[in-house]
Amino acid sequence: MHVFLCDFLLDIVQNSLEADSGTVSILIEEDRRMIRFTVADDGKGMSEETQAKAQDPFYTDGIKHAKRKVGLGIPFLKQTVDETGGEFSLTSAEGKGTTVRFGFDMMHVDTPPFGDLPSTLVAVFSYPASCEIVAKRSLSTSLGSGKWEVRRSLLLDALGDLRSSGSLVLLEQYLRSQEDDLDAIRISHDPEIR
Amino acid sequence: MAKMTLEDLRKLREKKQNELNKRDINGKDCQVIIGMGTCGIAAGAKVVLDTFLKVLDEHKITNVAVTQTGCMGLCYVEPTVEVLVPGMPDTIYGKVDADTVRKIVVQHIIDKKLVADHVYDRPSADIIKNGGR
Repeated sequence: MHVFLCDFLLDIVQNSLEADSGTVSILIEEDRRMIRFTVADDGKGMSEETQAKAQDPFYTDGIKHAKRKVGLGIPFLKQTVDETGGEFSLTSAEGKGTTVRFGFDMMHVDTPPFGDLPSTLVAVFSYPASCEIVAKRSLSTSLGSGKWEVRRSLLLDALGDLRSSGSLVLLEQYLRSQEDDLDAIRISHDPEIR
Repeated sequence: MAKMTLEDLRKLREKKQNELNKRDINGKDCQVIIGMGTCGIAAGAKVVLDTFLKVLDEHKITNVAVTQTGCMGLCYVEPTVEVLVPGMPDTIYGKVDADTVRKIVVQHIIDKKLVADHVYDRPSADIIKNGGR
């Protein structure tokens, strides 16, 4: 079972990165109570039958691991959502792509902690895939909102590569500065949240 | 930290490149591949990735390729890391935590010696006994 909500994000995003996608979009939307994630791709998609099977821990398509009998990414997520009164939906069409949405009630005592989004996105952006990845993050408080957005192609252009340890250290700094900016908004708008 | 722009990021990269490239010999052609399947993530593979970046940065090594793969079939010893260093046998380490990452960077990548108690696949027993030489 995953420790942080960001671990679920990383796990689910990898499905999209391995689905022959052209673009993978990641949305992370936070308000005072909920954190909602959307992972959408335009990859190979799944039939209705496969969508149902993907939610069963004892199913895998057998492509990556020939003798494997389990596939735990989506089942782990669904289990945690069910245990914490969260939200989950999966929509998909063959040849068109897949969208997975999941949300967690941050006030629920069993909801895992959010985790470290900047380092999670370092793992996402450095994943060996050639598709475009767009990550959009927003925060709404009682007094206003903040947001940031990053695209893999622009990061590649700025850093030259997303593979060498030096580039990934700078990427982490860049993403952390975006998240620090939201933290400042969160603390100044809603001091009691922290 | 003040919110950086992409232009800030580009400038920082250029500055770092000028500073480091001349003495950046330890990581040349080295590759670290972290198992990031569901099993790896659940066992703490992201901590491993974070720590590799941190420790390499501490040693001013910027040119190690840090990449990911899915499950390597060694779920029982996750987190797993494959380390490819010229002159060393290709090695898969298992049960890797932050302390082990530190050892892999200092012993394996810099000093060219295996971290023998975490080897789970690849070099045969006699190679491990000789510390990878």
